[in-house]
Amino acid sequence: MPLVKPTTVRTGPGSETVPAGRDPFGPDSGRVSAVAGPVPADRAAGTATLLEVTDASVVLGGCAVWSAVNASVTEGEFVAILGPNGVGKSTLLKASLGLLPLASGRVRLLGRAPGEANAGVGYLPQRRSFDASLRVRGLDVVRLGVDGDRWGLPVPGRRSRQAAATVDRLVDLVGAGGYAHRPVGQLSGGEQQRLLIAQALARGPRLLMLDEPLDSLDLPNQAAVAGLISRICREEGVAVVMVAHDVNPILGYLDRVIYLGQGGAISGTPDEVITSETLTRLYGTPIEVLTASDGRLVVVGQPEAPAHHSDRHARS
Amino acid sequence: MNVGFSWNLVDDIRQMWSLQSMVSAFRAGTIVAVLGGLVGWFMVVRKQSFAGHTLAVVGFPGAAAAVWLGFGAGFGYLGFCLVAALVIAALPTQGQAGYGEESAVVGTTQAFALGAGALFVALYKGFLNGTNALLFGTFLGITSDQVLLLAAVAAVVLIVLAVVGRPLLFASIDRDVARANGVPVRLLGVVFLVLLGATAAAVSQITGSLLVFALLVLPPATAQLITARPARGLVLSVVLALVSVWVALFIAYYSPYPVGFWLTTVAFGLYLLTAGLSLAARRMGRRPVPVRV
Repeated sequence: MPLVKPTTVRTGPGSETVPAGRDPFGPDSGRVSAVAGPVPADRAAGTATLLEVTDASVVLGGCAVWSAVNASVTEGEFVAILGPNGVGKSTLLKASLGLLPLASGRVRLLGRAPGEANAGVGYLPQRRSFDASLRVRGLDVVRLGVDGDRWGLPVPGRRSRQAAATVDRLVDLVGAGGYAHRPVGQLSGGEQQRLLIAQALARGPRLLMLDEPLDSLDLPNQAAVAGLISRICREEGVAVVMVAHDVNPILGYLDRVIYLGQGGAISGTPDEVITSETLTRLYGTPIEVLTASDGRLVVVGQPEAPAHHSDRHARS
Repeated sequence: MNVGFSWNLVDDIRQMWSLQSMVSAFRAGTIVAVLGGLVGWFMVVRKQSFAGHTLAVVGFPGAAAAVWLGFGAGFGYLGFCLVAALVIAALPTQGQAGYGEESAVVGTTQAFALGAGALFVALYKGFLNGTNALLFGTFLGITSDQVLLLAAVAAVVLIVLAVVGRPLLFASIDRDVARANGVPVRLLGVVFLVLLGATAAAVSQITGSLLVFALLVLPPATAQLITARPARGLVLSVVLALVSVWVALFIAYYSPYPVGFWLTTVAFGLYLLTAGLSLAARRMGRRPVPVRV
């Protein structure tokens, strides 16, 4: 766990992608280091373990998705779960939330069994987008995250006003004020994703679990949403676990990565894990990690989806 | 009709309501409009229109069988619709709204239900005029017992809907997140299908089995064109359904043509009007949309 986080200066929404250096602690030519946001020292140090996966395995449709996986996420961290398509990255999130059972091993989420502490976690499942015909406002989608699980009619009163105030704050936080009142089905992918992040933050979680939030966004939106997630992590003190198939848009923000394989997972800082040697060892097949001139990483020889297909169905 | 239409609408209404059967028709129509507007709104959001239609069609053999065996048609609709709701709920589901993949199975069942209805009609000789009423609706001969049954069904459905409405909306538009937040998504799906079955059965008694969408789809769809706010949409949907039913009953009383026709015509007219107005508003108000992320 690094004691000093790689820090980047953001110039507001839409700021360009930070050139992802291979070494976040190397010379910060284009970036200003030091403390850019209010990051309390104890949080930056990261003490409490929010998610702990121990020797876990998941079996779906009679096939092991993965086994012997160990992983952990500490308070305030920004962690990416990486790996080839079909390796079960989403499954790892779902198993942690108790939405899928473990075949063996143990998961502790916020110190409790899976499914018991979900109120302290904001979850953003993988999706394409809302149906274009859905005539419900973005504000309502965020509001459902606040009190959508409550029974009975929403009675006007103090609780209702508080919920509305929370929604306004969250919409401001993700910069969605300009379009949150419009029907969510008519918004762009990036706009929807920002509202869904606001929804995931609705109950003041200590941990955000995001499943491919950059999927199906164009490059400027990928950069902007990645920057937003990083800002939430630093400024709101919310740890983030994010499933990604491409590490590059978030590489400059990450504290650690968890690289998932069928027979286990390897975690560490990006420059420790995303190397030819480490990935070759994890997948048991020759893999090369190349660095493009702009700092982007290219993984060559990554195994295709494993022979079993159960995971495809499990994530739908 | 023995008394003709005059342009004095107040007199017309007074004269119409002097008939007990018309008062019953308006009471029944009001009850099913409220039910259809509310439950239909959720049905449209959940994209379960096909389920709603199937439930209503299954009500047809139920009503025909009940008439043949000498029960009231109302009990036939209700019994068959509720059983059908439970059967559909028991079908394996995968889709986002928990419905859709098995549409072929449901469609097959729907066809069989219509066929069975035809059999019951044939078994009950001399029922031919009644067939029209069961399929396309009627406002004649609604008894105060029937109104009472409708009111009881409506009360139960509305109470349940008030309790589950918010989590149901959550589960309808955001299934996975709702589930992670502790909403019993699967159970709510079953509960909603039962509510939809009861509503389809109730609405069928005015609109007939084939025209339930006049109250289950048209008013909610029109409301959703006007507002994207859930609370306003629900209220508006009920208002539109009420207007459609009242106007249709009024016209049907003074015209020789069936109430089902007038009801769909009024509801469809409101929909077209709204769609036209909102299209025009969008054309007028179109301006370059700022690029946002």
